Amino acid sequence: MSDNSENDSGSVAAERLRQVSLANRLLNRPELGSVAGAVLVFAIFAILAGDSGMFSLDGINGWIKLASYLGVIAIGACLLMIAGEFDLSVGSMIGFAGMMIAIPAKYWGWPVWASIMFAFSGAMFLGFINGYIVVKTRLPSFIVSLAFLFILRGLTTGLAIYFTNRTIIGGIGMDGGLAEGDWLASAFGFTIGGEYGVQAIVIWFLILAAVASFVLLRTRFGNWIFAAGGDANAARNVGVPVDRVKILLFMFTAFCATLYATCEMMEYGSAAADRGVLKEFEAIIAAVIGGTLLTGGYGSVIGACFGALIFAVVQVGINYSGFDNSWYGVVLGVLLLFAVVFNNYVRRRATGEK
Amino acid sequence: MPSSAPPAATPLIEFRNVSKYFGNVVALEEVSFRVHSGGVACCLLGDNGAGKSTLIKTLSGVHQPSAGQIFIEGKEVAFASPRDAMAYGIATVYQDLALVPLMSIPRNFFMGREPLKRVFGIPTYDSTLANRVALEELNKFGIRVPDPNQAVGTLSGGQKQCLAIARAVYFGAKILILDEPTAALGVKQSANVLKMVMRVRSRGIGIIFITHNVQHATLVGDSFSVLNRGRTLGYYEKGEITGDELYNKMAGGREMMDLESDLRALQNSLAGETNATTAHNAPAAAHNASTA
Repeated sequence: MSDNSENDSGSVAAERLRQVSLANRLLNRPELGSVAGAVLVFAIFAILAGDSGMFSLDGINGWIKLASYLGVIAIGACLLMIAGEFDLSVGSMIGFAGMMIAIPAKYWGWPVWASIMFAFSGAMFLGFINGYIVVKTRLPSFIVSLAFLFILRGLTTGLAIYFTNRTIIGGIGMDGGLAEGDWLASAFGFTIGGEYGVQAIVIWFLILAAVASFVLLRTRFGNWIFAAGGDANAARNVGVPVDRVKILLFMFTAFCATLYATCEMMEYGSAAADRGVLKEFEAIIAAVIGGTLLTGGYGSVIGACFGALIFAVVQVGINYSGFDNSWYGVVLGVLLLFAVVFNNYVRRRATGEK
Repeated sequence: MPSSAPPAATPLIEFRNVSKYFGNVVALEEVSFRVHSGGVACCLLGDNGAGKSTLIKTLSGVHQPSAGQIFIEGKEVAFASPRDAMAYGIATVYQDLALVPLMSIPRNFFMGREPLKRVFGIPTYDSTLANRVALEELNKFGIRVPDPNQAVGTLSGGQKQCLAIARAVYFGAKILILDEPTAALGVKQSANVLKMVMRVRSRGIGIIFITHNVQHATLVGDSFSVLNRGRTLGYYEKGEITGDELYNKMAGGREMMDLESDLRALQNSLAGETNATTAHNAPAAAHNASTA
């Protein structure tokens, strides 16, 4: 009797073995698709634009910087999406965070380091409010953060005009601007090396990617992120503090947006009310191309980074290969579509759906 | 089969005339049953709205009874919260199992209670330990999983159920509430879950097995109570009642007889109509036959 039962369960496992190994290999590597995609776009643009300067020092610097900016917010979007939520206010937060630095620094006489701290804490507080509303009302974060998209963008322009009567505030840069010699500002505005040196955003991007990936895959909190997005109810039933996880990740996306805004401001020396427009979608698209599921519970930080790289290479590559810029949208849309179909296939294999 | 503990032994958990009211709604009325160490108390559900969720929530400390007493190992207790119930070793395996399909088996097994090890002083998820323990625990219950990184979604329904039970046992359950563990499972899958129940009880864990299925209840149960519209229709030790009698109680005896006579009447009237139509068509048929 008992022998029989062992055989039963043994054969059940064996029956499923073959099916599992394929789903499993895909499942263990959510970033696989985006790595392959990155290789593909590099190959295409090496052929189309190989001798155009895209792969010169200047060119490389260009798309690496672009990928790093996008990567920073894609990492935030990716973690939040794995936890099962969206934040559509990332782009507006970039604009708003810029103003939170520029207005106090230029018009209220604050030191730049204090303004930067103010921007980070203000943005993370707004991220907290955003997340708190989502978890308490149980409304889709899509709608709640869409409201924040408009509120923050409106506030950015409105407050800029109210306090300064203009929408672009300059003179804050590292060279001769207010931030010159400021200890905290230099952490976001440094460049290692000469003219084509490595900029601060690239270093921040690499640090953020390493830390976020480590947290996701190697810590208890990371397991909670997967659990919260995979099945919030199941996670709650075994004691995972789902609401706290989600609120913290909304604060993290706000942090990423502020990091983006601060580095950009130190690079350009100015803040503008229209900074970051549409960046929320670019961040989400990069995460999706990187293998993150729109429905949550599955994804990879490394994938999101490669998603951002693909994005940047396509954007810059189209320019270098002499096509009209409008083709950029077409290529991106097609990539997104492929990624979504592929991700959906992976999810169905992994959950055993037909 | 391990015999049930002698009646003299103190039950692991006992409900004595437990009632729960929500305003003027009676959710549970004078529910009584006992579970011994290594025993399986079956709670059979009469129909939907039997009071199942109120019973589970009262057992697991979510609701406090309006009247009646709960005893654990002979001592009267009151659960102020689910945490209290958990402290007494009461664990519930809910029907949705609290498993995340996209996550691996060990990550599900340890979800919310992840084992940690320090790497350069940073507490990190100990995947080596998690993988080893999860597979070992499943193995103890006769479930072989070839690859720990397999997503739970790829497991069969019975395997998922067993995983959820193994998890509760590993984390120290003394009294295990199984919420319709064989519902929506095929015959073979159900058999695996029932075997699992027998293995769990042999470790001295008391099981409250909630089910609609009389057959499954009589296969593993030591005692039976039928819950119908919030009331228990008696509490029976094994041997005091047959499966048929249980079935009649569950179906609500009288209602079933009413239904039976209703159906018979309907059948008769339908048969009458059919006869009438055949009779009506008969001459035409005969006519056709003769011309052919």
